[in-house]
Amino acid sequence: MNEHKGNSLSWYVADGVVELALDRAPANEIGVAMLEDLEQFTASLPALESHASALIIYSKQKAGFSAGGDLRELYSLAQKTDVASARKRMREFLGRIHAVFNRLDTSSLTTIAGVHGVCFGGGFELALTCDLIIADKMARFCFPELRLGFIPGFGGIPRLKRDLGNALVRDLILTGRSINATKALSCGIASQVAAEGEALRLARGAAAQVAKYDRATAAAAKRFIKPIPTEDLQREIDIFCELFTRPAVMEGLRKFVEDAGPHPYLP
Amino acid sequence: MKTIDQTTEEILNLAAMHFKVPRAGLEASDDFYKKFGIDSLQALELLTRLENHFGVELPDYEVQGVSDFHTLATRIQARL
Repeated sequence: MNEHKGNSLSWYVADGVVELALDRAPANEIGVAMLEDLEQFTASLPALESHASALIIYSKQKAGFSAGGDLRELYSLAQKTDVASARKRMREFLGRIHAVFNRLDTSSLTTIAGVHGVCFGGGFELALTCDLIIADKMARFCFPELRLGFIPGFGGIPRLKRDLGNALVRDLILTGRSINATKALSCGIASQVAAEGEALRLARGAAAQVAKYDRATAAAAKRFIKPIPTEDLQREIDIFCELFTRPAVMEGLRKFVEDAGPHPYLP
Repeated sequence: MKTIDQTTEEILNLAAMHFKVPRAGLEASDDFYKKFGIDSLQALELLTRLENHFGVELPDYEVQGVSDFHTLATRIQARL
């Protein structure tokens, strides 16, 4: 189908370009609802790939591309059961997330993330599945997970290691600091920076250009350039599940989830 | 090399422009969260604006707990 509207996102195809718009208030938090919509999208990918050349992923939410995993949902998932069951449910959830993200990563379409505002945690991990990240000048990128006692679990560390020097990977993960678009460009996370409000326009320009090229050749080049770090992705799930249900993490998450103020709890 | 007062003044000007308020109403000792009624995400936008203007990177942990313009200026000044 050439267009679809889900609960948290929509997509349409025009002139050989698929545009996937994330649209779950307030900041495209990735929980079960977004996951189900993304699963529906990836189920449609084979048909889309047969007649399109590029995929743009962007956000319609003012706050940004995505603030990451839905921590309230993740906390709730871990709370309502014993540790072994919580780990099992978390592993199942992560398995589904990884299946979707890996499918996006390996799509034969040239994929472009048009990023504005916050691109944090799971949102950053979604952007990293794309071939190009075009960052709005005001975008910020961050992996804050260590601040709450766990690690990125949606494939962020293996994909970051794929793209960057290890020193910066260590800085981003171990300090949990956010970086701006200028830094993202200079270190190779983003390949282009757009003026404020122009990331989608630049993404459309890049997509229109790649739509001129032979698809089989582009897909072969992509497979060669961009291997999937399969072993590391599986290892990340294992480490995440081991860390996530620890009492210290649950306590940090409880504080974060219960903090309704303007400065959510983050050490 | 800018003085701390020059840096503070530039921050106040940028903040006024970013949040669309008159510069005249801002003091270096103001709590910018309360003054602008903003949350941490909106504060990050200001941080980005300041980083772009001064050409510095300001790690989040250096501005954690910082809520007034003068202290923000000292953090930026340390990276000029």
